[in-house]
Amino acid sequence: MKATFRGGVHPAHGSKRPTQALATRDFVSDTVQIVMNMNIGAPSKPCVKKGDHVKVGQVIGEPVGFLGLPVHASVSGEVVAVDAIPYLTGDMVQSVTIKNDFQDEWEELHPLGNVEKVDPAQIIPAIKAAGICGMGGASFPTHVKLTIAPGKKCEYVLANGAECETHITCDDRLMQENATRVVDGLRAVMRALNVSQGIIGIEDNKPAAIAAMQKACQGRHGVRVQVMKTKYPQGGEKQLIKVLTGREVPSGGLPIDCGCVVVNVGTCAAIADAIIDGKPVIDRICTVTGAVRSPANLRLRIGTITEDIIGECGGYSTDPGKIFFGGAMTGMCLPNDQLPMAKSTNGIVVFTKEEAVSAEESPCIRCSKCVDACPIGLNPYDMKIFADAEKWDVCKKKHVMDCMLCGACAFICPARRWLTPSFKIAKQKIAEQAKKEAAAK
Amino acid sequence: MSLILSSAPHVRSKANTQRLMLNVIIALLPSLAAGIYYFGWRAALVVGVSVASAVAAEFIWQKLSRQKVRVYDLSAVVTGLLLGLIVPPSAPWWMMIIGSFFAIMVVKQLFGGIGDNFLNPALAARALLLASWPALMTSGYNIGKFADATSSATPLLAGASYMDLLLGNVTGAIGETCKIAILLGFIWLLVTRTIRFEIPAAILGTAALLGWALGYDPLTTVLSGGLLFGAVFMATDYVTTPMRWEARALYAVGVGIIVVLIRKFGSYPEGVTYAILLMNIAGPLFDRIPMHRIYGYTKAKKEGK
Repeated sequence: MKATFRGGVHPAHGSKRPTQALATRDFVSDTVQIVMNMNIGAPSKPCVKKGDHVKVGQVIGEPVGFLGLPVHASVSGEVVAVDAIPYLTGDMVQSVTIKNDFQDEWEELHPLGNVEKVDPAQIIPAIKAAGICGMGGASFPTHVKLTIAPGKKCEYVLANGAECETHITCDDRLMQENATRVVDGLRAVMRALNVSQGIIGIEDNKPAAIAAMQKACQGRHGVRVQVMKTKYPQGGEKQLIKVLTGREVPSGGLPIDCGCVVVNVGTCAAIADAIIDGKPVIDRICTVTGAVRSPANLRLRIGTITEDIIGECGGYSTDPGKIFFGGAMTGMCLPNDQLPMAKSTNGIVVFTKEEAVSAEESPCIRCSKCVDACPIGLNPYDMKIFADAEKWDVCKKKHVMDCMLCGACAFICPARRWLTPSFKIAKQKIAEQAKKEAAAK
Repeated sequence: MSLILSSAPHVRSKANTQRLMLNVIIALLPSLAAGIYYFGWRAALVVGVSVASAVAAEFIWQKLSRQKVRVYDLSAVVTGLLLGLIVPPSAPWWMMIIGSFFAIMVVKQLFGGIGDNFLNPALAARALLLASWPALMTSGYNIGKFADATSSATPLLAGASYMDLLLGNVTGAIGETCKIAILLGFIWLLVTRTIRFEIPAAILGTAALLGWALGYDPLTTVLSGGLLFGAVFMATDYVTTPMRWEARALYAVGVGIIVVLIRKFGSYPEGVTYAILLMNIAGPLFDRIPMHRIYGYTKAKKEGK
């Protein structure tokens, strides 16, 4: 039976079709610019300087702090700049620019071999050393996620292959082209955590990926594919857990609080690469679509500049009005096409000038479509009133902190109200307030 | 290169306010056509005056109060159309103007305009007209195909066959009689996802059950009077219905109960208008009853005030 959750919307509308059937191809540009804040946590510290020669896979950024991850060179060549640039959020971020010498000279790798035979204790350190963070877009350091707090027990490892976002098809292609690696990565996580059940959740609009994954699961211990109904946000961590296990993450808690760990299929493949080949994250599949001449799924070296990527796809098909990393429901806008992609960039979507125009906000007609769409069961109509009035404490009482900013309410709103952005601000304000209070004590 | 920077989501559904209102208008067309077929050109005039004055009222108010004119959202057209369809076919034109102006200016705009009216404007206007000109509002059905029929104020006709009720071969308000036309509109609203089926289904189900318990024929209860029209077009008005589906269900059951109680015990022959207006007032209270479960909470949590 196809499982699903309550609420949700259907925004994809065939937006995936342009790239769904396109096999992944490699693209290596002559310059990469690798930013140091690719994962949640403190930015890494550059450990190379201008003029240095680096090899592929060489550490160029050292981890800082508990959530820190190393950053690796994605091409071989000469470091031409180490400087700060404004990145997606507008904050200044250290970056390392490398001019590719196209020798593809690799740093010596240390493979651990077969995921079924490797010592489980070696798995998590290897994941950290490979610089792996959530490849589905969240970019949370994977080794931290897999370090289970004392007293907690993991019973399920869930591989997230839902790919519910619009436009993006990179996970679909990955599962079709590299199914065994996904299962290997899932098995590695299951062995590291000593868990016997692994479920790969895939939406039913990806029959080829489902078939490939089912085949790859044959003969593997404790893993299976669960087909889910196509509905946004099916790939939200909370919805995925509910659908695959029937459990719910407690409010304010983490998946592990209900015995689950969720790992994106892209992350699974990266983990498999790290264990089997000893390969750090130096590339990823990225869907490039929208107003480009030939949309594509590209395997890009981390740090490839957006302009080069668009060029590889035949250039803009018309004047671009908006470019964002990720799908249309949660994607982050770029101020220009000079920014490089990062480890969690699963897609680059270009909108035309017409598509980019934001509809004007009109009065709410209380149609309650937002309430029906909320996958958490919140009342966006109610929260918006108090967010607009800047009554943050009331917003908190109305559970705005449980909002996962999926955008379903804003998508469905016939009055075109900016629901999700208001909740984003409310959540930030409440978090700031809590920090202040904590500091005062 | 100048790129737009904005917060997600970057796509919106196709259905905007205007489109939803247009869907309602399309859904009302079969009823309007049936009304004109049965009652003749007089019915068209009544509805026409009603729509035109509702739009005029909205435009004048928004101009005078220096608001942005939002007539193009079509909500005033819907109000005018609804009001025109729930009055007798020979209602005088001046009464329709008063009704429409009251609906738009008093019930809707004085309370804040679209989205803020606490009563269904068309029904509130009908209640006003019924209280002010009871004779005009409960007679004048004998025109068009019914020119020779004896006047009957009560739409709850004893002896009318199911077929007559379905086809609208009975007297009544312009848009309320032909059930087939109403059902066509209902299907359109469901197919276009303009409304959800819960409210009409719960109202009709409750009324049929309670009617049956009180000795009425369940099917006649559903098919007679303005119940079907009210359940499909009036009780589903976005603004005046609760937002949570649990609260909507309570609201709808309430409407069903009050309709039957008024029919059985009230001094009015028909109670759909008052049943819906009463529940419009109670609706927001139902939304405050904490019965909705939020993800990640073990028990239904109070939503706070």
